[in-house]
Amino acid sequence: MLFLRQAWTIAAKDLRSEFRTKEALNASLSFALVILLLFSFAFDPTAEMTREISGGLLWLVFAFAGALLLNRSFARELENDCLDVLVVSPVPAAALFLGKALANYVLLLGIEAVCLPVFGVFYNVSWAGQPGWLALVVLLATWGITVIGTMFSALTVNLRLRELMLPMLVYPVLIPCLMAAMQLTTPLIAGQPPSGDQLAWVRMLVGFDIIFTALSVTLVETVLIG
Amino acid sequence: MKEKILYALGALAALLLARNIRVMLTGLPDEAFQGAIFRIIFFHVPAAFTCFLCFFIALIASISYLKSGKMQWDSLAVSATEVGLAFGAANLVSGMIWARIIWGIWWTWDWRLTSMLVCWLLYAGYLVLRRAVEEPAQRARLSAVLSILSFAVVPFVFFSIKWFRTQHPQPVLYGEGKMDAAYRAMLYGNWVPLLMLAAVLVMIRIGQENRRRELDALRREVHAF
Repeated sequence: MLFLRQAWTIAAKDLRSEFRTKEALNASLSFALVILLLFSFAFDPTAEMTREISGGLLWLVFAFAGALLLNRSFARELENDCLDVLVVSPVPAAALFLGKALANYVLLLGIEAVCLPVFGVFYNVSWAGQPGWLALVVLLATWGITVIGTMFSALTVNLRLRELMLPMLVYPVLIPCLMAAMQLTTPLIAGQPPSGDQLAWVRMLVGFDIIFTALSVTLVETVLIG
Repeated sequence: MKEKILYALGALAALLLARNIRVMLTGLPDEAFQGAIFRIIFFHVPAAFTCFLCFFIALIASISYLKSGKMQWDSLAVSATEVGLAFGAANLVSGMIWARIIWGIWWTWDWRLTSMLVCWLLYAGYLVLRRAVEEPAQRARLSAVLSILSFAVVPFVFFSIKWFRTQHPQPVLYGEGKMDAAYRAMLYGNWVPLLMLAAVLVMIRIGQENRRRELDALRREVHAF
């Protein structure tokens, strides 16, 4: 119980400081919109093709925007040695990690909530055909991105080439999660509920989330404290 | 003494490899559909086995480092990862040569190929991370964590193959595919010298890693004065 309260305190602190400056949020959101625009030059956005690759496009945008956002998660604590203070505070590293992951989750979901309608308008796809399933896939896959991103943000926080290292390490690890999300999202945008085979992808997303949440919570103390 | 054993093991591996290649070329008939090129499988598949065995050893070494804090384990982890990457590259390249002949293309985004490439990139990231950390204990700690996370992703990457239609020849060692007994014996038989080669390489790398750590320690001592 105390653990959860500590995690919540950290999450609330992160969200409060982010909403005061909005620096990561603004950068990440405008970056997402720029990528959405850039994709329109890569192929003909009115074609039937859009519907076939829409899931892939959407999750690439989320993954890029997510990496930008998550990079700041631990890096913002470097100023004024805040990270050292957090580490020596009575909050265990696992609670610190969960709190930060929770705050990132809320922020990333917010960005996705803006991008989804914009994507629908720009590329003429209806994402409201299967709202329940789409919400489930977005919630599960976003947690996967968040938990991996936050973990690697902690892992790379003290490195010289932090901004370069994070995307390089994060994307290969995220591939199974992104692949499942893309596979599920494309038919959902076309308005079809997942069929028998595709439920396996949902199971994989759940498994991915559980295993990497457990691993990160166990290992984060080693990463931050040693 | 230890070096002599290493050289002996290496020489034995070379002898065995030469003998296997002779049997492959003269003793085994061409495969009915693929002709001569099928012999690449005797290197392709054992290289993949060796690669993942190395990654598994790196995982065990990483966990042992986190438990004990002994730098020896870190040396083993980085050595095994590097050798694993070399065998992974051998697997990818030999597969590409085979694909050029049989499929007519160097590469296809079949999931078995893609999975191997993803795993290779994952572990290449491990080596890049090591270069970015200066302090030896911190480097060992962070890379051990990365090794554990990477190994946890490998099954996810590979199980996703099952849910894609695949262009790759179906597994011939297990499942429905069948392989002639002589071919099978050669496939495992050729794994032996490759494993010996991997062991020699890992041991040499561990030696280098230990010496480099000693040098670093001496350099620090000099700078401290």
